Amino acid sequence: MKKFTYTIKDAQGIHARPAGCLVKLVKGLEGTVVTIEKNGKAVNAAKLMMLMGLGIKCGDTVTFTVEGGDEDKAEKAVLEFMTENL
Amino acid sequence: MAMRIFKGKGVYGAVAVGRAQVFKRQEAHVRRIRVDDTAAELERLEAAKAMAIEQLSGIYEKALREVGETNAQIFDIHMMMIEDDDYNDSIKGIIETQSVNAEYAVAVTSDTFAEMFASMEDSYMQARSADVRDISNRIIACLSDCEKSEHQAEECMIVCADDLAPSETVALDKDKVLAFVTAYGSANSHTAILARNMNIPAVIGIGEEFLNELEDGVQLIVDGHTGTVIIDPDESTVQQYTKKQQEDTHKKALLQELKGKENITKDGTSIKIYANIGGVDGIGAVLANDAGGIGLFRSEFLYLESNDYPDEEQQFRAYKKVLESMAGKKVIIRTLDIGADKQIDYFGLDKEDNPALGLRAVRICLTRPEIFRTQLRALYRASVYGSLGIMFPMINSVSDVEKCLAACEQAKSELAAEGVPFSDSVETGIMIETPAAAIISDRLAAMVDFFSVGTNDLTQYTLACDRQNAKLEPFIDTHHEAILRLIELAAKNAHEHGAWIGICGELAADTSLTETFLRMGIDELSVSAPFVLPLREKVRSISLK
Repeated sequence: MKKFTYTIKDAQGIHARPAGCLVKLVKGLEGTVVTIEKNGKAVNAAKLMMLMGLGIKCGDTVTFTVEGGDEDKAEKAVLEFMTENL
Repeated sequence: MAMRIFKGKGVYGAVAVGRAQVFKRQEAHVRRIRVDDTAAELERLEAAKAMAIEQLSGIYEKALREVGETNAQIFDIHMMMIEDDDYNDSIKGIIETQSVNAEYAVAVTSDTFAEMFASMEDSYMQARSADVRDISNRIIACLSDCEKSEHQAEECMIVCADDLAPSETVALDKDKVLAFVTAYGSANSHTAILARNMNIPAVIGIGEEFLNELEDGVQLIVDGHTGTVIIDPDESTVQQYTKKQQEDTHKKALLQELKGKENITKDGTSIKIYANIGGVDGIGAVLANDAGGIGLFRSEFLYLESNDYPDEEQQFRAYKKVLESMAGKKVIIRTLDIGADKQIDYFGLDKEDNPALGLRAVRICLTRPEIFRTQLRALYRASVYGSLGIMFPMINSVSDVEKCLAACEQAKSELAAEGVPFSDSVETGIMIETPAAAIISDRLAAMVDFFSVGTNDLTQYTLACDRQNAKLEPFIDTHHEAILRLIELAAKNAHEHGAWIGICGELAADTSLTETFLRMGIDELSVSAPFVLPLREKVRSISLK
């Protein structure tokens, strides 16, 4: 299991479009479960509604956990996506 | 019936005159029905979902063609929402545990998720509850096997509704819709966004009362400029608006023809016309109106939208985005310009009796170097993505400029030491917005690459008239000779010292002065995006000979 944090820089936060893209990315990571946690509330990052329901805003720090499958690859892919888009 | 006037929020500046079509949704009356064969019910659900997704991909394709990828993506999100695990688990759970029909399970689930979004703090996310209801209604419609009506208008109509779901807006046959009016909705709603992109006049949030007064087929006037909707207008009103409409159409057609043309007078003098924007979301309008660059990018939004000082990374992203979007065209970013009249809580600025003459703009940056440093580092880092100009507001003296330039050098040497790349062709310039700056513009011009005249502040400081005070209006002559002389002086001094000069205040868009500015040798005018093409038209009509 790997854990890392990320602080959202995009002014709009994780709104519908980036949430959709993140879900797509996470669903493509075979055998890996990615969870995203904000203020003690954790959800599976492959679940769009729940992810949007976290209401992650600019300046929020979230914690990602990747578990199973190729964790290194998953961590890299998620971090890259976040840095690039959010 | 007499003419009645309603007011809402206009989202697209155009006028429509036509007949009302009250938008009737195939109301999905969902009843709770007990079913014994839940397995068959789950199959029905899957079939309906497949059908809904097929419909949505058709709508996505249509939206892609009509309103572009960014706006079409919402339908892609809708498809993903339909496939969302939690949403589906909830529906299936209800069917299986309560032995009920799929329609009912979808409706209940829809309420649950829509409420979750509606209860969120963020207005953007609140608007997502409409998306949940939209996809749920679509599935329910597919379940009852009645094709969701595509609401095609028979003839050209003004579509009036309580609110329009995104898919409903796009499904409308654009050629047959003159305008739309909704009782609810916000500037954030997809209806508003899509309306703008579809170039259809729209008035939103007009209130329920309007719908109560309305009958199908009644004559309406929709004025997207002012947000006015008139039911049953009398003849002279119709004539008045028809004329306005013709003028709009004529003007727009004329201006479209001007796209891609040069800003050049009949006798060959050319001038640059740039646009002013206040945030990254203004870039679309800049490009759509064919501006030659961005003459004033107000960086304040970064600070206003944030609950704390925006960090370097956050600023870098915004600057990078605007530079990249402008693809090598000039982008002039003005450093932080706030003061006691534009308060930001976390800055903790003292209340001032006279904020216009107070600790503001570059004066804040020079007293709080850490804020300035972050912004300058972000700007230089972004500079490799396009053609950047950095502009300092509220400059009064040689020493102000020296300090600003020293801060730039500091930022650059830090980045160089860290091995972070930055462009070596970044231009630096200053606002000319105090009489002092204009009067010593010979000294200042020698230090910078460009000037940009902020006519609003220059006017209030030159005439000693507070521009916030409405009672002073009779005393504010924006064409006062003193102001024009100061601009002329700055222009002469700029050119003598190899600097260029632009105007980014309101006067830049004042076409009664365009000829005067051309004669002064002003190099660039920066105006809000909708004024770019009218200004180009004006320039092309002038002869300086």
